[in-house]
Amino acid sequence: MDFGYFFELFLGGLTRGSIYALLALGYTMVYGIIELINFAHGEIYMIGAFTALIVTGVLTLMGWNKIAILILASLAAVVYSSAYGYTAEKIAYKPLRNAPRLSALISAIGVSLFLQNYVLLAQTSDFLPFPNLIPEFEFLKPVEDIVRSSEIVIYATTAVVMVALTILIKFTRIGKAMRATAQDQKMARLVGVDVDRVISITFIIGSATAALGGVLIASHIGQINFYIGFIAGIKAFVAAVLGGIGSMPGAVLGSLVLGWTESFFTGYISSDYEDVFAFIFLVLILIFRPSGILGRKDTDKV
Amino acid sequence: MFNVKELKKSILVSLWFMFLTFPIMVIKVNTIYGKVEWRWYRMALVGVGSFFLSFVWRALLRRKEMGLKKAEEGQEVKVPLTRKLISDKRFNRPALVVVCLFALLFPLVFSLYQVNIMTTALIYVVVGLGLNIVVGLAGLLDLGYVAFYAVGAYSYALLNYHFGLGFWTVLPIGAGLAMLFGILLGFPVLRLRGDYLAIVTLGFGEIIRIILENWNEFSFGPSGIANIPRPGFFGIQMNLHQVHIYIYYLMIGMTVFTIFVVRRLQDSRIGRAWMALREDEVACQAMGIDKTKTKLSAFALGATWAGMGGVVFAAKTTFINPASFTIWESIIILCIVVLGGMGSIVGVICGALVLILLPEYLRAFSEYRMLMFGAALIIMMVFRPGGIISDVRKVYHFEGLKEESKDL
Repeated sequence: MDFGYFFELFLGGLTRGSIYALLALGYTMVYGIIELINFAHGEIYMIGAFTALIVTGVLTLMGWNKIAILILASLAAVVYSSAYGYTAEKIAYKPLRNAPRLSALISAIGVSLFLQNYVLLAQTSDFLPFPNLIPEFEFLKPVEDIVRSSEIVIYATTAVVMVALTILIKFTRIGKAMRATAQDQKMARLVGVDVDRVISITFIIGSATAALGGVLIASHIGQINFYIGFIAGIKAFVAAVLGGIGSMPGAVLGSLVLGWTESFFTGYISSDYEDVFAFIFLVLILIFRPSGILGRKDTDKV
Repeated sequence: MFNVKELKKSILVSLWFMFLTFPIMVIKVNTIYGKVEWRWYRMALVGVGSFFLSFVWRALLRRKEMGLKKAEEGQEVKVPLTRKLISDKRFNRPALVVVCLFALLFPLVFSLYQVNIMTTALIYVVVGLGLNIVVGLAGLLDLGYVAFYAVGAYSYALLNYHFGLGFWTVLPIGAGLAMLFGILLGFPVLRLRGDYLAIVTLGFGEIIRIILENWNEFSFGPSGIANIPRPGFFGIQMNLHQVHIYIYYLMIGMTVFTIFVVRRLQDSRIGRAWMALREDEVACQAMGIDKTKTKLSAFALGATWAGMGGVVFAAKTTFINPASFTIWESIIILCIVVLGGMGSIVGVICGALVLILLPEYLRAFSEYRMLMFGAALIIMMVFRPGGIISDVRKVYHFEGLKEESKDL
């Protein structure tokens, strides 16, 4: 067995997995709190990437320097994605809080459809080139062929975001409120948690991580269009379910497992059926272990 | 209603949306020529539009809350006009006659182009009614429904290509194959909870599409299959015009058959079991209904209709390729069912006609079609979860209980 090739696939899988993880974290947070599959999550990520692209384009033409552009573009992406996530929650999910879960899911599909076509109509349906915002690091020169600096940044961001979110949920006041809301909304309200605010904040945080993902992935891959959010969203959902939906470390673990399996599958078997494989994986997990790798068992309440 | 507070709220909403849509709506960067287009007029449009829409939105929300409160207090909820008209015998008999006459005379009055559009709409009616069994009656959200449609279409195309089988032979075979696929998929996934089921069916739909796209030896890949024969009629030779009209009548017949079957199913033992399952799974099982079997039958029957629709689709267009069976097709069919009214036959028919015919006639707005669908899905779910023409729910009145409580 060729070890070099194996290592390449391993790193490729790690990158994929880290990318999925940034999206899966948002999915898992939202699902953990209001049990809604936020179908539009991928679209929020796409909007983040588009905002970053627009900001970069304008600033590049104005002749700003690269670091400033990177910071401003990421900031704009985070701000706008959060704003979209917040607005979508207020318009499409909040009025359905007490409705059957299917209604909220259909509404989420509506949001996804709407946002995709909104970007398609307001911008373009073509693939747009995305500039590489991340500077090449000097110290990576010797291993340039194996690992790119954008990959290092992706790993680091994912790790930082995961740790930050875990701390946020475990040790802060708002994290406590989130956990309370996730367990029982009515009880949380009774003990003085502002449930609406907690849910809004969850959406904002989830969207912000998705936006970070959007900027990093777009500059890693080098091109975007209005449709990138959909498949990425589904894959991230698969990862979140795989890890056990509602669990933060689970989402990251699931994403890495999915990233590696996909990478090895395409590397050793066939690249045509890459997406088929992800879906079959999802079906198998849901059938044999619906609670995921790290998820808790969840029983039906009467 | 138009006091200062409301005005302030709307201005805030308007400002928020102007901020929100700023980069994507206003700026367009052309990286090749290094130019930036600033489209400020769009911002003004968004501002004015959201200002007025926010009034409408809040008014509708208030109305909905009032309605909910009334229902909670047990007051008589006003029966909507559409439902009144439909259930009124004096109205619905003549209306039915008019609709039947219109359907029968349609090809004689209108051009071939119109007939073709109508045939497409009727295919969607049949497929929508099929999905209505799954989503509307049994309450299982199926996002991969188009896979069964694809199974039908491909089984006609392939069986005809390899074995020369005709339309009428393949129609039941296609339906059967789709049903088989429905059962095959249903067995493992029906144990899943509602929203997981939605994602798995979505995955299944995509799997079928990707396989059709990549397995060149089997399905001829993305280039698809052309020259699929149109349906025959006892071997009589027909010209193109006649064939199209023939397919139209065929679809009318199929629609009537579908309506008949779905209506009979709705009031049958199994139909009631579906509805009970939709309302409450646990209670339903406690009443001795076999959950898996009931769900599986809904899934299989829904798939059957998709398969039949697919066979007709292949025969009508004479060309199919995997691009016709994307996830968005599933979502359009879902829109038909949701917007028309889940569980209601008249609703689904209206939904299909509106959603398929409107974009055809409003060509100028056709690029906004999917945007509108998305918005409509949200608005419908928020304000009118029952759809345009909602299903009449069976209500049991406890007559005796009231008198007893009076005595106490």
